[in-house]
Amino acid sequence: MAASSIPLEALEKSMVLAPVPAEHWLVIAPPVWCMLVGAILIMVRKRMGLQSWLSIPALGGLVLIDAALLAVVIREGPITMVMGRWLPPFGIAFTVDLTGALFNLACGIAALAGGIAALGDIDRTRRTYGFFPFLFLMVGGVSGAFLTGDIFNLYVWFEVLLISSFGLLILGSEREQLDGATKYAILNLIGTTLFLIAVGILYAVFGTLNMADIAAKAPTLGHDAPMMTLSLVFIAAFMMKAAAFPVNFWLPASYHTPRIVVAGLFAGLLTKVGVYALIRVMVMMFPEEGNAYSIVIGVVAVLTMLTGSLGAIAQSDIRRMLGYMVITGIGIILSGVALGAQTAISGALFYSLHSMIVMLALYLMAGIAGRMGGSFSLHELSGLYAKSPLFAALTLALFFSVSGLPPFSGFWPKAMLVKAAFDFGAWWQGAAILVSGLLTTIAATRAFALGWWRMPASGAVVPARMTAAELIPLAGLTLLSVGVGIYPEPLLALAQTAASGLLEPVAYLHSVFPSGVPTP
Amino acid sequence: MAAHDAPYIFLALIAPFLAAAIAPLLTRALGHWAALPLALVPAGIFAFFCRALPDVQGGQALTGGYLWVPSFNVSYSWLIDGLSLPFVLLISGICALILLYSGGYLKGHPQQGRFFSFILMFMGSMLGVVVSDSFLMLFIYWELTSITSFLLIGFDHSREASRRAAIQALVVTGGGGLALLGGLLLVWNITGVSTISLLIEYAPALKASPYYFAALLLILGGAFTKSAQFPFHFWLPNAMEAPTPVSAYLHSATMVKAGVFLLMRLQPALGDTPAWETILPVFGGVTLLAGTVIGLRQTDLKLMLAYTTVASLGLLVMMTGFGTPHALESAALYLIAHALFKGTLFMVAGAIDHEAGTRDITRLGGLWRAMPLTFAAAMLAALSMGGLPPFLGFLAKEEVYEALVGTNPRALAFTLAAVIGNGLMFALAFAVALKPFVGPQRDLPGPHHGAASVAPPSALPGISHSRGENGKAHGHHIHEAPPLMLTGPVVLALAGLAAGIFSQAFHATFSSPMTSAIAHEAREITISAVPHLSLPFALSLVTIALGVVVYFLLDRAREAAAASLEAIGWGPDQGFDQAMRGLIKGAHVITRKIQTGRLETYIMVVFIVIAATLLLPMAIFAEWPSLPVWPAEAGIHELVIFAIAVIGLFAVVRAADRLTAIVSLGIQGFAVALIYMLYGAPDLAFTQFMVETLSVVILALVMTRLDLQPSDHRHGREMVKDALIALACGAGFTLLLLRAVQVPFNTSLTEFFSQWSKIVAHGSNVVNVIIVDFRGTDTLGEIAVVTITGLVILALIRIRVGGDVKPADNDPERSA
Repeated sequence: MAASSIPLEALEKSMVLAPVPAEHWLVIAPPVWCMLVGAILIMVRKRMGLQSWLSIPALGGLVLIDAALLAVVIREGPITMVMGRWLPPFGIAFTVDLTGALFNLACGIAALAGGIAALGDIDRTRRTYGFFPFLFLMVGGVSGAFLTGDIFNLYVWFEVLLISSFGLLILGSEREQLDGATKYAILNLIGTTLFLIAVGILYAVFGTLNMADIAAKAPTLGHDAPMMTLSLVFIAAFMMKAAAFPVNFWLPASYHTPRIVVAGLFAGLLTKVGVYALIRVMVMMFPEEGNAYSIVIGVVAVLTMLTGSLGAIAQSDIRRMLGYMVITGIGIILSGVALGAQTAISGALFYSLHSMIVMLALYLMAGIAGRMGGSFSLHELSGLYAKSPLFAALTLALFFSVSGLPPFSGFWPKAMLVKAAFDFGAWWQGAAILVSGLLTTIAATRAFALGWWRMPASGAVVPARMTAAELIPLAGLTLLSVGVGIYPEPLLALAQTAASGLLEPVAYLHSVFPSGVPTP
Repeated sequence: MAAHDAPYIFLALIAPFLAAAIAPLLTRALGHWAALPLALVPAGIFAFFCRALPDVQGGQALTGGYLWVPSFNVSYSWLIDGLSLPFVLLISGICALILLYSGGYLKGHPQQGRFFSFILMFMGSMLGVVVSDSFLMLFIYWELTSITSFLLIGFDHSREASRRAAIQALVVTGGGGLALLGGLLLVWNITGVSTISLLIEYAPALKASPYYFAALLLILGGAFTKSAQFPFHFWLPNAMEAPTPVSAYLHSATMVKAGVFLLMRLQPALGDTPAWETILPVFGGVTLLAGTVIGLRQTDLKLMLAYTTVASLGLLVMMTGFGTPHALESAALYLIAHALFKGTLFMVAGAIDHEAGTRDITRLGGLWRAMPLTFAAAMLAALSMGGLPPFLGFLAKEEVYEALVGTNPRALAFTLAAVIGNGLMFALAFAVALKPFVGPQRDLPGPHHGAASVAPPSALPGISHSRGENGKAHGHHIHEAPPLMLTGPVVLALAGLAAGIFSQAFHATFSSPMTSAIAHEAREITISAVPHLSLPFALSLVTIALGVVVYFLLDRAREAAAASLEAIGWGPDQGFDQAMRGLIKGAHVITRKIQTGRLETYIMVVFIVIAATLLLPMAIFAEWPSLPVWPAEAGIHELVIFAIAVIGLFAVVRAADRLTAIVSLGIQGFAVALIYMLYGAPDLAFTQFMVETLSVVILALVMTRLDLQPSDHRHGREMVKDALIALACGAGFTLLLLRAVQVPFNTSLTEFFSQWSKIVAHGSNVVNVIIVDFRGTDTLGEIAVVTITGLVILALIRIRVGGDVKPADNDPERSA
C-alpha cells in the first residue's frame, strides 16, 4: 500500500477509517455472493452436473446470509457500509434498514424455492445457455437494489436485474416467448431510461446521489427546484417497473411466455423492486411531494386493483390469470403508499412480502397443474382434485391467500390497509380493496371449480404425484403463507417498525452520517 | 368455570381443527365407524361447556383470551355469555349427532374421511364465530365458515350443479363477509374499540355518528347474506346440493344462523334506532313470506325444508329488529326451537332418501310401517314446527304473537305476515313429516347405500329422480335407517319436546339468559306450554287452521304458487347467473380494450403518460423554467454544430426510408458528441462517437437482414398524433432540464473528487478515478450487465426451436 505516502489528514477527510465490524460485511454479502456464484457458474457452464450441485446450496447459503443480515438489522437498526471506504456521501454507500432487509430475505427465500423448482422445470438446453447464472445475477440485482443507499447505484442494479431477467425470459427462443420478450424489453427500457433521466435531474438539483443525504437535504431545498415534476417522473418510472395501470402492458404481454419458474420469480420479485424503489424515494426521500401526490397514487392504485382483478376474471389461461393477480396486488400495495401513514405503509410492506412468496407459489402451482392436466387452459384442465388431493389443498390455500381471505397471509395486510383507508377518510380505497378481493375470489374459485373439481369428460382420472422438485418449494411457500396468516404478529410488528423507519429516517441517516449530515 | 379455565377453553376451541386433521387417517383405519370416536370430540366440547351453564345462568359472562396480534390490536378473546353459550351447545351437540348420522349416510363413500374432516373444521369455525369477542377474530371465523361451507357444498365435485352452488354460496356469503369486514372496521374506526364487550359502552356514540348508517348497512350486508335474507336467499336452496348431513347441520341448524347471531350480538350496540327497526323487520318479513310461498311449490323434501329455513330466518330477523319487549324473547326461543326441529326434519329427509331412494314428495307414501322410528321423530319435529303445544315451537310462536300484536298499522301488517308465514310453514312441516309416511305404499326405487347416496341428482327443483336407472330392482324391502342415522333425529326431536314440557327449567337455563344477553338487561321469560286464552293463542288457532287447510289442498297450493312464481319469471338466482355472466363478459371487453396486443399502442400510451407526467405538474405547480438567456458570445462553430444536430433531426423525421433515418440519427449523435467536446468532456465525447458509429453500423447491418418494409407508412392523422406526443415529451424533458439547471448547483461532490483524486486515489484523470474507484461498484454492475448481454445474445443465437423462428417478427395477433 502506498498509504504511507498519503498524509493522514487527507485520509481522514476523504475516507472512513474506522474498521468495518465483521457483521457489517453482511450488507453487501447478498449481491456479492450472487455475482460470485453467477461468475463461477458461467465458468463451469459446460458442466451440467455442477450447475445444480452448486446452485441449490448457494441459494441456501444466500437465504442464511439474508436471514443473518435481517437479524443484525433487527438488533442494531440500519447499518451502512461504504464502498472503497470513501466518505459518504462521496462514494457509494450500502445502507440496509428493516425494509430493505425484509425485502431482501423474502427475495432470498423466493430464489431458493425457484431454484429448487427449476431442477424439474428447466431443461438441459436452457441450463447450458445460462439459466442458473442468469438467475443468480437477477437475484443479485434485486438484492443490490434492496440494499443500496445510493440512487444511481440503485439504477445500476435495476439494469443488472433487467438484463438478467431478459436472459431468463428469452431462454428457449420460442416464438411466443420472443414476442413477449420484445414487448417486455422495450417497455421496461423506457421505464428504466425515465428513471435514469430522473436521477440525472436529481443530481443537478441536489448535487448528491446518496439517499440519506438527499433525504436530509430535501426539506431544506428552496422553491427553485422543480421537485413536484421531478417526483412525478420518479413515480411514473417506478410505476412502470411495478406494473401499475395504465403502464403495465408489458406484464400481461410477457409473463405467461417463459418457463413457469421464471414467470414465478418475475411475478414475485421484479414488480416488488419497483414498489420498493417507489416507497424508498417517495416515502423516505421526498415525503412532502409523496403526500402531495397521494390522491394521484390512490387513483392509480384503485384502477390497478380493479383492472387487475377484472383481467384475472377474463382469462382462461391460468398463467395469464395469475399475471393479472400480480397487478391486483400491486394496486393494493400502491394504495398503502398513497395513504402514506405508518399503519398504511406497514400494510403495504407486509402485502409486498406476502405477494413475493404467494405469487411465486401460485406460478409454481400453475406449472404443476399444467403438467398434471396437460394444459394451462381452464377449458381443458380438469380432474386435478381427484388426481392429487394434496395438490388441490395447497392450491386452494394459495387461492384464498391471494384473495385475501383469512386465515392466510393475504388477509392481514388487507385488513390493515382497509382500516387505514377508513382512518384517513379514503373509504373509496378501502372499498376498492374489498371489491377487488371479491373479484379475485370469483376468479380463483372459478378456476378451482373448473380445473380441479370438474372431472374430465372421459371420467377416468389417473392419480398423479408431485415430484420432490415440485412439492418442496410449493409446500414450503404455502406453509409460510399459512404460518404467517395464523400468527402474523412477528412479521406485522417488523413491518410497522420498518414503516416507522421510512417515515422517520433518523436512524437511517445516522447510520450513514454518524456525526451528523454534512451541511453544504 | 373460572379464570384458570382459559387454557381449556382455548383447547376446546381448537380441538375441532385437530380432530379434523386426524379424521381421514382414522377413517382409513376404522371405516364409517370412525364416526364414533370422532363424535366424542364435539360431545366432549358440549360437556365441557355445560359446566359454564350455572355461571351464565347467573348473568355472568366468561371472558378471557390471549394476545394474538398486539401490534394490530387484535386479541384471541372470547365472550361466553347467555347468547353464545346456547349456540356453543347447539353447535357442538348437533355436530356430534351429525357425525354419527354421516357415519351411516356416507357409509362406504371413498371420501368419507375427508367429509368428517370438513364437518369438524366447520364446527371449529362456527364455534369461533359465536364465542369471538374481538372483531377480527369474529370475521376470520366468519369467513372460515364460508370456506368450509364451500368445500362441503362442492363435496360432490363431479356434478356441475354442486360446483355452481358452492361458488355461488362462497361469492354471496364471502362477499357479504367483506362487507361485514368493512362494517366492523368502520365501527372500530368510529368508536376506537375492537371488541364486542367494550363496544356496548360506546353504543350512544356509535348511533350518533354520521357513519352509523354506513356501518349498519355494511354489517347487515354480512348478516343478510349469511342468513339468506331476501334477495340474497337464493344460495341457500342451491346449497342443498351438499350431502344431507351438511344441509341439516350448516344450512339449517347452525351456519345460516350466524347472521341472526350477529344481529342479536350487536343489538345493544346498533339496535333501537329507526333504521334498525325498519330495515330488519321489513327484510325479515319479506323473506318469511317469500320463503314459504316458494317452499310451497317444491316437491323435493330437502328443497321444501330449505325454503322453510329461509322463511324461519326471515322470522328471526324480523323479530330481532321489531323492537317490542317480547320480540327478542320470541327470537331467542324460536332460534333454539328451529335448530332442533329443522335439524331433525333434514335428517329425516335424508333417511327417507337413503332408504326409499327418492325425496320427491309426489312419489312417496306409506313409509310408516317400514320406518316407524323415523316417522315418530318426524312427527315430533313437525308438531314443534307447526307450533302445537307442548312443544318448544309452540312457546316460540306464542311469544312471536305476543310481541307482534298491537293496533297500529305496523303491528297489524307484521302480525298478518307472521300468521300467513307460520300457517304455510305448518302445512309444509306436515307435508314433509307426514305425507311420505301415510297413505298407500308406493312403488319406490328402494334403498341405496354407499357411494351413490351422496349424489341425489335433483339439481333442478321439482324434477324427480330415480335410482331405478342404476339397474336396481323396484319395490324391494325398505327398512328403518341404521341406528347411526336414527340417533340424531330422535335425540333432537325429543329435546324439542322436553324443552316445551319443562319450560321453566328451560327458560331459566337457556332462553332467559339468552334474551338478557341480547337485550343487555335482565329479562325473564315465563311462557309455558299450557295454552291459555289470549289474543296470541287465538292467532295460534288461526295459524293452525290455515296450515291444515293448506295441507289438505297442498297440490293445488303448489300449482298456485308455481303459477304465480312463473308469472314473475325472473328471480335472484337467475340474476346471480346473469350478473356473473355479465361480469365475465365485461371483464373480457375491458381487458381486451386495455391489452390490445399491439406494441405500438403500448408505447404510445406510455409516452402519453410520460408527457403528462412532465407537463402537468409543471403547469399545476408553476415549475416552468425562466426563459434561458441567449448566450451573448456564441461562437460561430457552436452555432454550426447546433444547426447540424437540428438538421439531423429533421432528416430523421423526413427520411424516405429506414436506412436514411438511421444514418441521419447518427448525424445528430455526432453533433452531440461535438458539443461534449466543446464543453471539456473528451472522454464522454469519445464514448459518444463510438456508440454512434457502432449503432449506425449495427442497425444498418440488421436492416439488411430483416424482412421489413423499407419505409415506414403512417397515415396523416397518425403522423400528427405521434408528432404531438413526441413534441410534448421532448418539450417536457427540455423544460424540466432547464429548470433543474437553473437551481444553483451544489458542487461538493465535484470538489471532493478533484481534491482527492490525485492525492488519495493516485489518478490524475478524475473521470477515470470516478469510474474505477470512487464509484467502482457502479462499474462492477455495468460490467455484469455487459457480460449478461453477451450471454443473452449467445442464447438467442444458439437456441433454435422449430428452425423457423424470426425474432423480429412481432406478430400482435398471437399475443394478449
